Amino acid sequence: MAAKITVYQALNKNAKKLHEDWLTQQMQDEGLREDLISNEELRLESEEFLKTFLAAIKDDLLEDSNSSNFDKLNEMLAGISINRARHGFSPRETGYYIFSLKQAIFKTLEKEITDLKKLYTEILRVNKLIDSLATVTFETFIRGREEVIIRQTNEISDISTPVIQVWDNILALPIIGTLDSSRTQVVMESLLMKIVETESTIAILDISGVPAVDSLVAQHLIKTVSATRLMGAECIISGIRPEIAQTIVHLGIDLSGINTKASLSHALRFAFQTLRLEVRKKTDKTAS
Amino acid sequence: MIVLNKDTIKIEKEQDVVFFRNRVAEYADKIKMGLVNKTKLLTAASELVRNMLRYANGGKVLCEIISHATLQTGVRLTFSDQGPGIPDIEKAMQDGYSTGKSLGLGLPGAKRLVSIFDIKTQLGKGTTVTITKWKNG
Ligand SMILES: Nc1ncnc2c1ncn2[C@@H]1O[C@H](COP(=O)(O)OP(=O)(O)OP(=O)(O)O)[C@@H](O)[C@H]1O
Ligand SMILES: [Mg+2]
Repeated sequence: MAAKITVYQALNKNAKKLHEDWLTQQMQDEGLREDLISNEELRLESEEFLKTFLAAIKDDLLEDSNSSNFDKLNEMLAGISINRARHGFSPRETGYYIFSLKQAIFKTLEKEITDLKKLYTEILRVNKLIDSLATVTFETFIRGREEVIIRQTNEISDISTPVIQVWDNILALPIIGTLDSSRTQVVMESLLMKIVETESTIAILDISGVPAVDSLVAQHLIKTVSATRLMGAECIISGIRPEIAQTIVHLGIDLSGINTKASLSHALRFAFQTLRLEVRKKTDKTAS
Repeated sequence: MIVLNKDTIKIEKEQDVVFFRNRVAEYADKIKMGLVNKTKLLTAASELVRNMLRYANGGKVLCEIISHATLQTGVRLTFSDQGPGIPDIEKAMQDGYSTGKSLGLGLPGAKRLVSIFDIKTQLGKGTTVTITKWKNG
């Protein structure tokens, strides 16, 4: 009668032990992040997962992990993986969750199935099933990480556009990185607001940190300059590197209507002149 | 001519542009292309990839490092999309022509920035643009 036992029956009979074995297996992993997940959480998560797993293999159909039997399991696994990705688990840690289950299952099967040939066949089937579940894990894990990256990209574009008041009536805005449409919007808004706030009359847009100026970036710059002018302020673009200047010319972009300067200090000097300010070195006479 | 390095990059969203541009920069650095030529290549690539996103809803780019019998080394990029195609190439290649209320400098500008420029388009089928920038050219 023992020879007729299915994988489901074997595992279900030993569900408690299997759970314990699996947990032990997971905790043995030296990479287990107790800082990221508590033992109690892990215990509950694993218990829930095992229940769903057993329900999915009830009919002994291990071959097709895409069938609707496995929907709930796949969904749950995806949820766990994406959660781990968001919380900073490594791919190894995430993968070990499902791979360690394999070990625990094999252990149970070895005990329950005495016929070696049958044991071999069943182990192969389980092996294949767990491997395809692992694929789900990795796919969702990567998706989770991509979401994190996109979120960070958006955050960076928000924080990396500081408008600095360098002098009375003079604002500077160093732009670092790629200037895309959404970024330009942020840049333009914060610049215009700061102009109103500080009643500045000159704004310096420094692009030394922009890797390339293509026609879209140029257009964004031109728009920003026109908008500043409409606010009654003059806009200077500084930090045009030689290689960028050459590229702009070949591309055919006409920046002749725009006040450009090679460096931020040139732009600042120009701004001082415009505002009739003078920066001088102290002489000994005035010092004494 | 031999191909030394090759890689295909899918372009589906705005975020892909930065990734793609970094890869092109990597290729240019690999063959020690100078800063001016590299910037020109990057800018041309940027124009074409933007067109692909804007007018054809994305596509893919084949990036290659090629070496020619005359010992010229360069980066070749092939942009292919399955968009609507361009009805009048001659017009599209003119400075200032744009159906997107833009500057209309992308295609003609890219052509001026690279060593070899080739464009093929079929209405309803898509557009393929191939550019090559030699290390010293
Ligand atoms: N991949 C493409 N598929 C379909 N049409 C295209 C494609 N690339 C360019 N075009 C057409 O060719 C025209 C000219 O392109 P070009 O890049 O020179 O100018 P633009 O994109 O309109 O403006 P800019 O690039 O200066 O912002 C476009 O307006 C568009 O109608
Ligand atoms: Mg264009």
